[in-house]
Amino acid sequence: MRQLIRRATHFLTAHVDGPLVTALGLLLVVGIATIFSAANQSLPRVSGQLVNMAVALAVMYVAANVPPHFLRRIAVPAYVLGLALLLGVALFGEVINGARRWLNLGFTRIQPSELMRIAVPLVMAWYFDRHESAQRLRDYALAALLLVVPVGLIAKQPDLGTALLIFASGAYVIFLAGLSWKIIAGLVAAGGACLPFVWSALHDYQRQRVLTLLDPTSDPLGAGYHTIQSTIAVGSGGLLGKGWLNGTQTHLDFIPERTTDFIFAVFAEEWGLVGNTALLLLFLLVIARGLVITAGAPTLFSRLLAGSITMTFFTYAFVNMGMVSGILPVVGVPLPLVSYGGTSLVSICLGMGILMSIQTHRKLVQT
Amino acid sequence: MARFVELRDAQRELATFRRRVGFLAVFVLVLFGILFLRFGYLQVVRHDHFLTLAENNRISVVPVTPNRGIIVDRNGVVLAHNYSAYTLEISPSKVADLEALIGELATVVDITPRDRRRFRKLLEESKSVGSYPIRTRLSDEEIARFAANRYRFPGVEINARLFRQYPQGELFSHVVGHIGRISQRDVERLEADGTAANYKGTDYIGKTGLEASYEQHLHGTTGFAEVEIDSGGRPVRTLSSTPPVSGSNLVLNLDAKLQDMVYRAFGDRRGALVAIEPATGGVLAFVSKPGFDPNLFVDGIDPQNWKELNEHLDKPMVNRALAGTYPPGSTFKPFMALAALTYGKRTPQQAISDPGFFMFGGHQFRDDKVGGHGMVDMYKSIVVSCDTYYYVLANELGIDPIARFMAQLGFGAKSGIDIPGEVSGILPSSEWKWRRFRQKWFAGETISVGIGQGYNAYTPLQLAQAIATLANDGVMYRPHIVNYIEDIRTRARALIEPKPLRTLEVKPEHIRVIKDALVGVAKEGTSARVFAGTSYVSAGKTGTAQVIAIKQGEKYVESRVAERHRDHALYIAYAPADNPKIAIAVIAENAGFGARAAAPIARQVFDYYLLGKEPAGPEKEADATAH
Repeated sequence: MRQLIRRATHFLTAHVDGPLVTALGLLLVVGIATIFSAANQSLPRVSGQLVNMAVALAVMYVAANVPPHFLRRIAVPAYVLGLALLLGVALFGEVINGARRWLNLGFTRIQPSELMRIAVPLVMAWYFDRHESAQRLRDYALAALLLVVPVGLIAKQPDLGTALLIFASGAYVIFLAGLSWKIIAGLVAAGGACLPFVWSALHDYQRQRVLTLLDPTSDPLGAGYHTIQSTIAVGSGGLLGKGWLNGTQTHLDFIPERTTDFIFAVFAEEWGLVGNTALLLLFLLVIARGLVITAGAPTLFSRLLAGSITMTFFTYAFVNMGMVSGILPVVGVPLPLVSYGGTSLVSICLGMGILMSIQTHRKLVQT
Repeated sequence: MARFVELRDAQRELATFRRRVGFLAVFVLVLFGILFLRFGYLQVVRHDHFLTLAENNRISVVPVTPNRGIIVDRNGVVLAHNYSAYTLEISPSKVADLEALIGELATVVDITPRDRRRFRKLLEESKSVGSYPIRTRLSDEEIARFAANRYRFPGVEINARLFRQYPQGELFSHVVGHIGRISQRDVERLEADGTAANYKGTDYIGKTGLEASYEQHLHGTTGFAEVEIDSGGRPVRTLSSTPPVSGSNLVLNLDAKLQDMVYRAFGDRRGALVAIEPATGGVLAFVSKPGFDPNLFVDGIDPQNWKELNEHLDKPMVNRALAGTYPPGSTFKPFMALAALTYGKRTPQQAISDPGFFMFGGHQFRDDKVGGHGMVDMYKSIVVSCDTYYYVLANELGIDPIARFMAQLGFGAKSGIDIPGEVSGILPSSEWKWRRFRQKWFAGETISVGIGQGYNAYTPLQLAQAIATLANDGVMYRPHIVNYIEDIRTRARALIEPKPLRTLEVKPEHIRVIKDALVGVAKEGTSARVFAGTSYVSAGKTGTAQVIAIKQGEKYVESRVAERHRDHALYIAYAPADNPKIAIAVIAENAGFGARAAAPIARQVFDYYLLGKEPAGPEKEADATAH
């Protein structure tokens, strides 16, 4: 009987990665506690996020049990579907808040860019895996094309934050696939030279965000308001913070979007530098585990996919905390696992599940 | 072989891959390190700075305005007080189209064209942001109607405010003055004084009269509440508060009943009256007629009323009692006589023969009485108001000794009364003429100065102060309207101490001579008919001030002269003669002979003040024998 239970337990948890799930769980706890404070102790908000978490964890569990070769098989269909939907958005999309991001399917509305977050690294990992033995510059160029088309469509919506992050996830794949340093240096140089053109292609509000970063006080009640108030929240937290539920910037409504994109300001105000350091370490733990899984992954496909997922997770965390503490421009990026919101939570947990799957299906493919 | 190469390639690729993963690990650490440094910078190095910013965000210091002190007369009659009322206020900065908004508002509450004009003017005058009243004293029904439609009017709100009210209307307009909205100039002055902080949250400040001169006592001390606010500026809770200290009350020497009586005694005439208690300098009545309704000014006067007041022929805005200057006419004579005694130029008994004129330099200075008064000594010169006596005397004294003596009595200098706006008048001297016209003084000009004409020009207040000083045997007090300032919490009274300004350098027996002659005026002289039958003994002197010069050889005929060109009637007096309780100076503009229009007002004042008698019916204009 006991053995039966043990076997059942083993069967159920075989594909769950211990270290990853621990760090993840702690981050989710931090998220719930901070949302409780940020939402002025509103229980509906907290229970809403708990439901999101349950869904996300279920998705993660399922993903962890799906073997990587299955992912490899659905990579192309997922990408094609995503691309078709993006084109659909560009042609028939609904405009909400000035951006054409949603596609109305009649029974529900979907945001195809969310699908591309996972489809892009999948298809690029698949692509490099297919051409594993003979990688030439042409292959990199084609991979880049796979990346640039959806990114361009998303940037056009406009949703620059998502576009940049998807671009980053693809760029990590190319980097890990071994693009030579010379070419990387050349691309960086070329990118720098292109900046003025990029600048002229940006929307006014996007330029404004960048300018505001350089001098937030130029428009303290307008574009600079978010940055100024969140920086004040972080700075006034001090070494030990003002204590949970005691952040004045938070509770007197000075921090905008304080349960979602700016939740880190709430956390930093209430927990101080000590809390921030702990949070950085938790993120670092997830990233480190992800890189270990990446390094140990058996196939090129799983290596590239794991690396991209891990580094995208890092990018989310870095961009969000950098934005809140005033060293990056304001882009709509949630803090992974902490910010309120189901979509981002599910897509992060999906990635985590894939990491676990790669780690736990290792032995099976090793020959 | 090929397989081996492939394997070796795979090994190499794996090594490359792991190096790249290592590179990414370093990349992650570096960027997280930057974040950590950024957090350390914000949360440790600049913590104090950001904590201050957060506190400033959180805490708003809200001023709590003190209640302004009230002003009452000596018997507690209220002259200025506060009442609470609801106002409808607009914050122009929050409104896109003011005209449209006001038009909309007018459908909910009554807004008169006058309200609109006043509001326009308020906006023009003030540069600072804030809210301005479009309507005051809303009725309950209007409040209810607005409340139901509030959502239609962003930037408009109802506020309960304290308003200043002057229940006596124009009666005290020139004494109590009025408050008004703080102007840009007021702000600059307050900032220069360093008292601007005490006016945070205050909209009004004393502009004229006692309201201005006792502003610091009346205003009180502004309290402060530290309020926690949210990002929308809405108060969440009060953290601490310092209550305001109400302004002190002013209790005046003035008697409202006396003031009212005097005001009515003037009838339709313009003029001024100042009554002073000789022993203290306390001002018992202070009238300048016409006055104006100070309530019009409290919330900013509308342009139409302003224009009316400003352009009115009677100049109701001019405080005649201290800013109107008039030749003293014959009321100057007792002081001339005192100068003569003091300088030893005359003895009381010394008499001249009056032919009815005085010749000087081929120019005839006429006495009013054709043929003259015969033999005239000092007593008679005052009682019958003989001009010739003073022509001769002035000529002998010379202008500068006259000016020196008259300066002692306060002529030509501000009295220092405790309300603003006082003017100095003109005490002519050779030096004054040189300063003013760059011309030499001509001896001939001295002669008309002797009878209070010529360049002489004094305020009624100066005349009142001079006669009060004489009544008080040469000891001069600074006239003051406020008796004491009462702290409304402690009930402590700060008396305005009577301050002896100076004692005249004259001999008591000389003052005696003049006082006897002034008693003679009321008993058997120019004002005898007016003062017939009083139970007290009064002393006084009539005077008539020329408004236009009469040509040589012409006679002044009252009926031929346009009303506004007629002479001013003056009377200075005190009573009771042996122990003066009240001294007054009256001027009735364009009223002709002094005894006819001015002396009867003085009689009513004395009857009321000394006997408590109220005037019976409309005053009669008693005929006088002479001026």
